[in-house]
Amino acid sequence: MRDALKNNKLKPNIDSNWLADNIVTLIFFGFTIFGFIVSDGMSMTYFLTELSSRFFRNAFLVLSLIIPVVAGLGLNFGIVVGAMSGQIAIAIVRYHALGGVSGIILTFLIAFPIAAFFGYLTGRLYNKTRGQEMIASLIVGFFANGIYQFLFLFAVGVIIKVPASHPMIKTDGVGVRMTVDLVAFEEGGLKYALDNLWRMPFMWAVFSVSVIILGLQLLKIMKSKKRPSIRINKTLTGFVMIAFLGLGTFSLIAIFSGSSLMYVRDVPVVVGLLIIILCAFNALILKTKIGQDFRSVGQSQHIAAVSGINVDRTRIIATMISTVLAAWGQIMFLQNMGTLNTYGAHTQIGMFSVACLLVGGASTQKAGVRHAIVGTILFNSMFIMSPEIGQAVFGNALLGEYFRTFMVYGVIGMALGMHVWRTNKNAKITID
Amino acid sequence: MAELKDKKRYGIRDVIQSVGLPTLIIGVFLIMLLFAGTALGIPLSALLSDTMRRAGMNGILVLAMVPSIQSGTGPNFALPIGIVCGLFGLVLSIEFGFTGVTWFVVAVLLAVIFAVFVGYFYGKLLNAVKGSEMTIATYTGFSIVAFMCLLWLMLPLSHPNMQWFMGKGLRETIQLDAIGGAHILNDFLKFELFGVIIPTGLLMVFFALCLIIWIHSKSKMGISISAGGINPQFSHASGVEINKNRISANIISTILGAVGIIVYSQSYGYAQLYNAPLMMAFPAVAAILIGGATASKAKVSHVIIGVFLFQGLLTTALPVANRVFEGTDLSEIMRMVIQNGIILYALTQVKGGDK
Repeated sequence: MRDALKNNKLKPNIDSNWLADNIVTLIFFGFTIFGFIVSDGMSMTYFLTELSSRFFRNAFLVLSLIIPVVAGLGLNFGIVVGAMSGQIAIAIVRYHALGGVSGIILTFLIAFPIAAFFGYLTGRLYNKTRGQEMIASLIVGFFANGIYQFLFLFAVGVIIKVPASHPMIKTDGVGVRMTVDLVAFEEGGLKYALDNLWRMPFMWAVFSVSVIILGLQLLKIMKSKKRPSIRINKTLTGFVMIAFLGLGTFSLIAIFSGSSLMYVRDVPVVVGLLIIILCAFNALILKTKIGQDFRSVGQSQHIAAVSGINVDRTRIIATMISTVLAAWGQIMFLQNMGTLNTYGAHTQIGMFSVACLLVGGASTQKAGVRHAIVGTILFNSMFIMSPEIGQAVFGNALLGEYFRTFMVYGVIGMALGMHVWRTNKNAKITID
Repeated sequence: MAELKDKKRYGIRDVIQSVGLPTLIIGVFLIMLLFAGTALGIPLSALLSDTMRRAGMNGILVLAMVPSIQSGTGPNFALPIGIVCGLFGLVLSIEFGFTGVTWFVVAVLLAVIFAVFVGYFYGKLLNAVKGSEMTIATYTGFSIVAFMCLLWLMLPLSHPNMQWFMGKGLRETIQLDAIGGAHILNDFLKFELFGVIIPTGLLMVFFALCLIIWIHSKSKMGISISAGGINPQFSHASGVEINKNRISANIISTILGAVGIIVYSQSYGYAQLYNAPLMMAFPAVAAILIGGATASKAKVSHVIIGVFLFQGLLTTALPVANRVFEGTDLSEIMRMVIQNGIILYALTQVKGGDK
């Protein structure tokens, strides 16, 4: 009886909000489908190859945004600072001509203290700019870019003496070159140092992921059977299970019939595993003490402070974790690219990652692993599709490129705007 | 002796408080750079001429910050909205075939009409997102610039001076001397004083607009706008229509952005379309903050001090840095650090978000 009452009360509210919550996701989904319909030259193999390489490049960076959202800092555009720390580590390792597996592990290790330090400073700054963290995080990225350029264009060469003959250094001996080749893995460099460790055919990867997810869902159902206190959303679970059962079967058929989908580029398993570990980390940390602190600080800083949580420290830790993860994400990104675009590789990271997360249905106060994964897939699909759509509909691929830039900014602006607008409206209702 | 010391320290603190720490630091830095420049043999008159020109060029864009800060919506990070209105007016005026002074006047008139219209909706938007105006404004500005990229490419404008030589769409930069629009304000009554070139027309327009904004801020409407910015609850209680005031303040700000970019373009000699306006808000925000404004308090004097200091610094730093460290782009790095550092500093002074 009580349950029924609760359901009745809650239902219309949930229904009316569902569309508003997912409008951005739906638009992107529709856009990608539309792309497939109008573009005739796009083969599924090409699309999936592009999508999978983009996904493995970006997913880690997008996942690094989740903890600050939980801790109430909003969308951390300051992961740019983390990306720069990762690039500093790469530059150090590349300068000493290290590489291979040990080289990439060393890069991760070097990036850790650098990113933690800058993350600490950024966190301090966010504590000083309380309530304006998002604009502060955007500007701190620009600010850090100035310092980064000072370091790479001027300090290297003038303050830190380097030989002008080094392939990384500009011919006049001052500053790092615009693009630095990271040297192929086979020749002992950093390029594909993670990717080439273990590659798996795409369809096999899809099959394994489907099996894992099906297993997890079954485990969840078993658990809830044993202990009725754990409730699960039956429709959602059923839907997910059917979808992945279908996907798994489909991939099996594709594997054994030798369809053209088997020509999709092999996926880097190690990067995939790291992404899965990070997903698990993001979910599990919320169960620990510090994770609970993140949540309570995110909900209300005042109540958290009253209940004895050191709010400032918690917020700094959240920023530091995010920055370190972003540094590692950028290292994965660059080992896949194979060249370090010294002055450009980091600048767009913040915007694109935030846009990915928002497309997945996250907001400034609510973000999870699901949003990050779905968002990365959808956003990158749009990215691959827009030049095609521009070409097919308007006969101009450049138009498609401008269009996707518009989508990046538009999505961020719209998601932020709608969120604030709805919060303000709700606040007004409660006051009235 | 001790007394004297105390007195002196008090005096310094007093000066810092009345002038503002950022203004003081940048001012001292600029004077140091000017000395260094003279010592290195860079003619002072050339540096001052450039400062005058660039201050006049950017001044109106900086002035656009005043109404929005006074109304309580913070610095107008959505300045690109005004800028694209201005560019649109400018482009249409070329398309209609106007040249010279007529071109300038028509461009300004068209730009103001667009700006009033767009600024109204922008103000409405800001009223809906109270509390996060700065973040939303930034992304609104970015989105509009990206949207206009599509329009510049798609609009059916076909004046030979603006079109790509091949294909459709407008060029990235439009040369204004082809239509007699380059430097028309700069060259009006231009004269030389001890080798310093003074662009009279440009500075006259800038100071005239400053005067108008100053008079407006002393008028009944201006005072009620400021009151709403300083204390919304109290002003609401005393019958001030805050939302309406915020809209009109942002309309004024958008108009200034639109006029500002036309003045900027004629002084530069080129109109830059596409992604050029994307980052233009940030130097303008930095300039007014250097002049002593905060995210919630601004006066016209801050604009004049700020734009001369900031632009002076940028013009001086380039030749000095190049002379000292040859082959490096240190002045651009310095611009990034100072410009964004000052904005961050201002953000730390904002009182917002309860703990």
